[in-house]
Amino acid sequence: MQSFLDIFDIYLLEAVINGILLGGVLALLALGLNLIFGVIDVTWICYAELVMIGMYGMYYLVQVFHLPYWAAAPLVILLVALLGAALHFLVIAPLLTAPPINQLLATGGVLFILQSFATVAFGIDFRNLGIRLPVLALGEMNFSYARLLSFGAALVGMVGVYLFLTRTFTGTAIRAIAQDRQIMPLMGVDPKRIYLVTSAIGGGLAGLAACLLVLQYDVHPFVGLSFGPITFLICVLGGLGNFIGGFIAAFVFAEIISLGGLFSDLEWGYVLAFAFFIVMMFIRPAGLLARRS
Amino acid sequence: MNRQVAFWIIALLALVALPFVHRDPYHLHVLVLILIWSFAYTSWSIMGRFGLVSLGHGGFMGIGAYVTALLWNHLGVSPWIGIPLSMATAGVLALIVAYPCFRFRITGHYFVLVTLALSGIVLQVITATRDYTGGSLGYTPQRAPSGKGLFALQFDDKITWYLIALAVWVAGLVIWRAIDRSMIRHAMEAISEDEDAAAAAGVNVTAEKLKITLISALMTALAGALYCQYQMFISPDTVSGIAVSLQMVFAAIVGGVYVALGPTVGAIITIVLAEVLRISFGTKAVGWDNLVYGVLLVLFIIFLPKGILGSVIDRIKSPRKPSRGHEQQTVPIARR
Repeated sequence: MQSFLDIFDIYLLEAVINGILLGGVLALLALGLNLIFGVIDVTWICYAELVMIGMYGMYYLVQVFHLPYWAAAPLVILLVALLGAALHFLVIAPLLTAPPINQLLATGGVLFILQSFATVAFGIDFRNLGIRLPVLALGEMNFSYARLLSFGAALVGMVGVYLFLTRTFTGTAIRAIAQDRQIMPLMGVDPKRIYLVTSAIGGGLAGLAACLLVLQYDVHPFVGLSFGPITFLICVLGGLGNFIGGFIAAFVFAEIISLGGLFSDLEWGYVLAFAFFIVMMFIRPAGLLARRS
Repeated sequence: MNRQVAFWIIALLALVALPFVHRDPYHLHVLVLILIWSFAYTSWSIMGRFGLVSLGHGGFMGIGAYVTALLWNHLGVSPWIGIPLSMATAGVLALIVAYPCFRFRITGHYFVLVTLALSGIVLQVITATRDYTGGSLGYTPQRAPSGKGLFALQFDDKITWYLIALAVWVAGLVIWRAIDRSMIRHAMEAISEDEDAAAAAGVNVTAEKLKITLISALMTALAGALYCQYQMFISPDTVSGIAVSLQMVFAAIVGGVYVALGPTVGAIITIVLAEVLRISFGTKAVGWDNLVYGVLLVLFIIFLPKGILGSVIDRIKSPRKPSRGHEQQTVPIARR
């Protein structure tokens, strides 16, 4: 009995730590989406598909063009940032005055486009980088370096965005326009430019997430569906546009998935997370950190 | 008015007579698919036209299909009983999720994402209970012994299925029309413009929204069950989940959510497009149909938010009005 408990605890601890590591990447994804929502007031349903395109970018740069990982990553971040800006310019900008639901559905259309573009261009095979990072054994627990690296890089990315938003003029303008979009043009800030920059940053974060996720998961055209929905739920749970709420919600979700997966199949972890989300929406409709009105 | 009624009766008779004149099984197959999906898209639009954009309908459809098939395979319950049961299950689920949503005024983005979670749950539950549902590999209702086809609601000939699907589709349109002419419509339009004002005017906001959600969910579950009985094969990807939900939204919007036949036009366009691409390009067409859908969806939302049929009808009714400004004002979708 005693030995059973010991093993159980080790697994539990491992699952908890893996949950935290997963939470880092989810928080990074949520941050990008929250930034777009907070500033432009648009939900990019296709956010995870941008990540998927980024993962393909990594695959081609590393596997086909034989670039080293460290050289490919910045290129992919740049590529997805450009894609984010293009998405804003082509789809969101003409719809800025349309009802929010229409904007959301238009990005749903982009989801279809990106998914099927990937199907047509890359086929439906599962592909991976072929990079195997070693596993860190800590006592009886095993953690893959890929997860540790992702967690670290995600944290660095988030701190970078935080510094950008608080320390630079453009960053300040982005935060200001999120607070009041009517008054900022009077202050000499061009909202169109700010929106484009924000979209590019949001895209860049998706690109960074792509570089990290491709280390852990195979890429295929529908990979976005496996972590896209969870990202939206995290953002809503934290309160759309609320960065800190999203950060906390990411770790809550990651723990639920990780622990749920420990006791049963991974799918049940997701079911638990989704159910938790629905229940939380009724307890705190405006997000975890919102004060009840 | 009489002339209009006569026109619809003749059109309906022509549709009923069609399979007896034109027996090509492939064409009938496509028509049955169009009718079943039209019914599903109509169900979605009954909610969607009032700004209640749900991405949970994939979940309702999945419940309709899987509950019916599971009851038949594991307990031998005839679909005649299984379909009402599956519809009831979907209805109860809809109420459980929708009641708090409406009670706590979860609208706009938040409503979309809560319903997204719902279809996510259904998809994951189907995949997780793979011992019973076959998981992502799909599921086949057992063939009924010969002579018990009616009991099992399994028919081999396409004409029967065509007539069943036609009847259900017409029923969907009748429900649409009944709602269109009822108080619910006025109440829902008031709600979608301004919930507080509607409540102040004496509309029971929560109750009206629940009614419309319940009707929509029940119809969607029926569509799922019919699809399962007709195709005799279901998989989580074809009847549930976010992709199916988005597919419904897409087709309804392309056809036009504000007119009764809009979702049907959407279904015709999407299914015919998919079939044409499949036939002319074969396996190379994988992905192309969705690519075209996606581009169309984006273009439609930007340029024709009322959909093809809605815009055409507008054009006929008021040919001189500049269409752009007109479209903008008639998109009654709730703002948060």
